[in-house]
Amino acid sequence: MSGEAAAVGHPLAQLDEVPGVAKPDPILTVRGMRRAFGGLVAVDVEHVEFQRGCITALIGPNGAGKTTFFNLLTGFDQPDHGRWNFDGDEIEKASGHRLARKGMVRTFQLTKSLTRLSVIENMKLGATNQRGEGFFAALARPLWAAQERDIEQRAESLLDRFKLGHMRNEFAGNLSGGQRKLLEMARALMAEPRLIMLDEPMAGVNPALTQSLLGHVKELRTEGRSVIFVEHDMDVVHEISDWVVVMAEGRIIAEGTPASIGRNQQVIDAYLGAHHDADLSEAPRAPTPSPGEDEQ
Amino acid sequence: MNWPLIISNTLYTAIGFQAVGYILAAIGINMHFGFTGLLNFGQAAFAAVGAYAVAVSVRSWHFSWWGVMLVFLFVPLVLALLLGIPTLRLRADYLAIVTIAAAEILRLVLNGANPKLTRTLGGNDGLNGFTAWVGPLNPWRNTTFHIWRQPVQGNTMFVIMIGWLLVAFVSWAMYLLMRSPWGRVLKSIREDENAARSLGKNVFVYKLQSLVVGGYIGSLGGLVYAVAGQYAGPNDYSTRFTFTCWTILILGGVGKIKGPIIGGIIFWFIIGFTESFLAQATRKGQAILPTWLVNENNFGLLRFMLVGLGLALLVIFRPQGIFGDKREQSFDVR
Repeated sequence: MSGEAAAVGHPLAQLDEVPGVAKPDPILTVRGMRRAFGGLVAVDVEHVEFQRGCITALIGPNGAGKTTFFNLLTGFDQPDHGRWNFDGDEIEKASGHRLARKGMVRTFQLTKSLTRLSVIENMKLGATNQRGEGFFAALARPLWAAQERDIEQRAESLLDRFKLGHMRNEFAGNLSGGQRKLLEMARALMAEPRLIMLDEPMAGVNPALTQSLLGHVKELRTEGRSVIFVEHDMDVVHEISDWVVVMAEGRIIAEGTPASIGRNQQVIDAYLGAHHDADLSEAPRAPTPSPGEDEQ
Repeated sequence: MNWPLIISNTLYTAIGFQAVGYILAAIGINMHFGFTGLLNFGQAAFAAVGAYAVAVSVRSWHFSWWGVMLVFLFVPLVLALLLGIPTLRLRADYLAIVTIAAAEILRLVLNGANPKLTRTLGGNDGLNGFTAWVGPLNPWRNTTFHIWRQPVQGNTMFVIMIGWLLVAFVSWAMYLLMRSPWGRVLKSIREDENAARSLGKNVFVYKLQSLVVGGYIGSLGGLVYAVAGQYAGPNDYSTRFTFTCWTILILGGVGKIKGPIIGGIIFWFIIGFTESFLAQATRKGQAILPTWLVNENNFGLLRFMLVGLGLALLVIFRPQGIFGDKREQSFDVR
């Protein structure tokens, strides 16, 4: 399984696979970002770039700081220090809503479907720059009715694309877990993001739906959007990502194509422990007979 | 038993000025809690501020019409900003703590915590004599109305009618707001503010707007209550005011435009009925209820017990309130 990054002519195929390597056309560049909780340094990233128009996977063992890094990048947590550049905008301190308006929209590990709003209302909420979202304008429907119609049309076509059209008027709380994941992704698209950040999009989704979700993520790339996603399932990472960034203990320890990253010794050590191939049979153990021997 | 009197008393209480004042305040809480998810336990403060804004600026400061209006527009705004700016970035519980404390502080200040202010604020006695301006506006000032056997002064009736017009106007505005994109953002904050934030909504600003708007509605309630009762006193705005508003809101249905209106009428209907029924049923010499259970001195407490029992039964058997939507309520897993 060589992944699409290995295809001839792919912009990332020729890069050096070292942490912090410069990309030909980065949409997001992070420099010197650090976040500590008391004495624990959760994130300490020197330099990393994410290529535009690609699907980049962010992987790492539990507690590596992936979600914290996500929260920092999307403005849901503030770094102790650090600067990042999103598509030309220098950012030192930003609130979540402002970054979302600039075109960096995230989803959450635990889906946040707005359960007591209907599916279509969930979708319409996602649109940015709505005239009717001002208090006084809200009272005067003619000011925003036309825009609302456009938004509703866009929402409906997205719902059809995500196969949720028949649930249009249901409360989002009536959807299954997988449908909620789809809804959250569709809703994020209503904001027309240039970069979409998915925090464990496949967590808790059954295998059949995983395939359909993967298809939707690939479609985002086809549309020209950039995707960064946190994932644990290496099969998923191999299947859809163009580039993989590996975190451990808050640092970026490796970068590379999905095909090569599995061979990286540092990555293997981070995931499995440096002594994972030591022979466990050498450890002392009680001489109990195995069940197989009993039967004979 | 004088049934016609009981019934006319009850009807008058159900639509009277107390009902209107509390309903307006409950509509404000509906904006805060029902649509935005803000736990405001200090609605009494907004009502008190509305009542005292008029009482003090008319009685103590002798302001003109415009001055009174400006004071009324300014003070609830200041209160909402004072409460909201430090707390709305924090978790919801902090707003609850701060609002209930602020309402009590305000009540103690009005009550004369600082004797220098007592001349202006009226202290424990409160203020009256600030409603002379109602008379000239009132076409019915020399009329007495009757709700069957219950006489109602023309002045009181006039303020009650203005109050109900305000209820209608405020509810209509709420309806317009809640079907707009603005209302959609508020509801999304109620459901999950991080989701709203991730879609580019400035959650803090919306919460603050909700607090201000709902606070103004609460102040209108206090204004109607004080002008119709021709009295602004600190003890009307204790925590009991706040919790009565919450009772009304839950009774009618949280997050429904007509919830607080229906809830308020039912609440005051029950209060009015139990009051006049028990007053007659425990009359000395002709008591029809056993005096060891209830007598003419303590029936006032019994009616609140009955209301409490009714509310407990409602919460158990119909948790969405009388007009709530079962589907919406049942998904509330928090």
